[in-house]
Order: sequence, then C-alpha cells, then structure tokens
Amino acid sequence: MRLIVHNMLSCNIKGVVNKFPLRIEAEKVTVKEVDFNPDFLRYMFAKIDWKALVDGARSMEYTELPDNAPDTTTLESDETFLRKFHHALLELHLEEGSLVCPETGRKFSVSKGIPNMLLHEDEV
Amino acid sequence: MSNRPELLAPPEIFYDETEARKYTSSSRIVEIQAKLSERALELLALPEDGVPRFLLDIGCGSGLSGETISENGHHWIGLDISASMLNVAVEREVEGDLLLGDMGQGLGLRSGVIDGAISISAVQWLCNADKSSHEPRLRLKAFFGSLYRCLSRGARAVFQVYPENIAQRELILRQALQAGFGGGLVVDYPHSTKKRKEFLVLTCGPVQTSIQTSKNEYDESCSEDDNSEDEDEEVGVSDRNRPRKKRKTNKQGKGREWVLKKKEQSRRKGNNVPADSKYTARKRKSRF
Repeated sequence: MRLIVHNMLSCNIKGVVNKFPLRIEAEKVTVKEVDFNPDFLRYMFAKIDWKALVDGARSMEYTELPDNAPDTTTLESDETFLRKFHHALLELHLEEGSLVCPETGRKFSVSKGIPNMLLHEDEV
Repeated sequence: MSNRPELLAPPEIFYDETEARKYTSSSRIVEIQAKLSERALELLALPEDGVPRFLLDIGCGSGLSGETISENGHHWIGLDISASMLNVAVEREVEGDLLLGDMGQGLGLRSGVIDGAISISAVQWLCNADKSSHEPRLRLKAFFGSLYRCLSRGARAVFQVYPENIAQRELILRQALQAGFGGGLVVDYPHSTKKRKEFLVLTCGPVQTSIQTSKNEYDESCSEDDNSEDEDEEVGVSDRNRPRKKRKTNKQGKGREWVLKKKEQSRRKGNNVPADSKYTARKRKSRF
C-alpha cells in the first residue's frame, strides 16, 4: 500500500466521526521505483491532505518532507522537492503492518501490501 | 454460461485459489476482460491532456482490467472481496494499489479524490444476498452513496454488468439514480446474444459530452420510467433489422446467393467476414 492510497482511506465503521487519517503502524516497508511524472504530482497535490502525508511518511521512516505544505512556486519549479514528494507518495510501500482508526482504535491489518478493510457484521 | 457464478456461491468463496488461477490463465477470459476494460475506459471520457488520472477499479479481481488502466497511463486503486484473486494480482505485479474490501459495506474513501471508476463484471454480485444479514438494497445504497461522495466533480463511473434479468438491471439503475448520479445504459451489439454487452455509465452532475459509439451500437438513456419504452424500442429495431428467412436453394444445393446472404447476416452481427469477390461460393473441384 502506498501513501497515495493511505491519503484517501478513511475508517468505514458506522457512527465514527473522526475517521481520517488512519495511523500507520509499519512493520515492513519496501521501496519500488516508479517513473517520475511532475504533471501528475502537481495534479494530485490539490487532493492530498498534506499533514496526513507527512505523518504517514514519518511512520514509514521517511522524514524528508517539509512540515508545511509547499506553495505554488515550489510546486512549479523546485525539482528536489518534487522528487521527495514523488518518493513519499508513490515509491514507499507498506508491505506488513496495520492501519489504526483514530477514534475507535480498530486495527486494519496490512499483509503482502494489501490492507484488509473488511468490516465485521456489527460495524456496518 | 448456463450457471451464473452468483447463484453458486458468494464471491469470496467462489473465487478461491483454484478458481482464481483458472480465471486468470484462461486466454479467452483475459481477452474479453481486456476488450471490456478498453471500452469502459473509452466511456469514462477522461480529458486527453496527457496527465495521468487517479481511478478506482471496483471488483478488480486478479488485476486483468487494472492492467489495461496502467497501459493507458493512469494510476488506480483496486478493490476486491476475494483474497485469492488479489494474491494472484500481487503475483502478477500489477501497478495499482490493492484493497481487500466489500463494496457493499461502502468504499471508505475521502470526498472528491477519485477521477473515475470502472467495474468489469462485478456489480451484479451486489444483488445477491450472500449472508442472512445482507439486504441487497442497503448494500447497493451504501455502495452508490460512498461512490458518489468519493468521485470528483464531473467524474464518471462505468460499470460493465451482466444483470440476471430486467428486474436486477432496474434495481441497480434505480439505486444509482437515487444516490444522485445521472446517466444511463449503453448497449454494444444489441442484436447479438453472444456479443451483447451492457455498460452502465454514471456521471456526477449533468452529462456534458455525448457518448462515443462503437460499431453496431446505439445509445439508450433511460430513467426508471423509460425502461418499458426501452424494451419496446429494442424489439422494434431488431424486427426491422432481422433478415427475412427466405430459403433460396436450387437443385445444386446451397448456391452463391445463399452464401452471400449468410455472410451479410454475419456481418450485421458484427463478425469479421472476408470480403465478397468473384471467388465467393465458386464451384470447387470435386476433390474438395
């Protein structure tokens, strides 16, 4: 599971209000190279929750991202920043670990890179 | 398909390890899935500006449809309920991110993040109650509601479905419209029983552009009231197009005219038929 997906996932349990973002507990992280496409990064930037991305990257031991969201000039021209953004968003993979709901503490396990988001009968 | 898989077992049980491998190694299924995915992507009408989009593949299975998305240069998330199918996808090293989940429980994605959704041969599974706690209507509602929320403005969702009967198709369409979607049904090759494929094209907001037509297809835009009209229309058109069954056999058996007529019928169905020439139905040597 990559951070681009983690940034979109929220807890689906019925009645939960504080459902995003899910906290990452990483046990095994790998890196898989992906082609660098700055247009896609600029396009996705508008949809990304920056704080969730930074926290998520930190739990996968990647601390290079700045805490504050970048402004438009950095996004347009700063290539080192874009490369870090690219690496955090698309190249870090959580292979084993779990995602924790911030309100209920319910753990969704991640195995072979696939998070198990199936809810139990009483959570729907 | 004499026995529909939905009637045999729930999807996470039907698609176990053996079935998952069989499904993915059948070249016929791979080809069909690739064609359906290409058509669905076409119907998504994504802007052609070279920027990759972020799509959702619902019921992605072993990643056959997802591969088509990657080939077209987009990123995707795949959702499926069968762990065995997803394991096959991991083995095949698909480029998209995979989620193990039940679409009938709601998608759990943030609002407005998805640029488009496709689903190949999956949504009809929602119409069966596989557990005593399931109520298909509620599951369809949860699915369409969460899908509508996570799609961005102007995004589309295209589902290729095999509805069991008219009632099922109506149920799916009605739940989609109730969730706020606009859109309707696109039918490819409506006259051929084998080739006929239905695509449910849903939009968040009013339909802006016209739907692209492929060979031998016509568009139907239907709401619940138009469904009966839609059936009549279909019958009307097929009556007009179906060739009359005239038997024109002469004493030598089936002559050139009969062969040409048959070839024309086949062409109308959409099959690949060699062109007619002076050699068509020419009398061969007795050796043949």
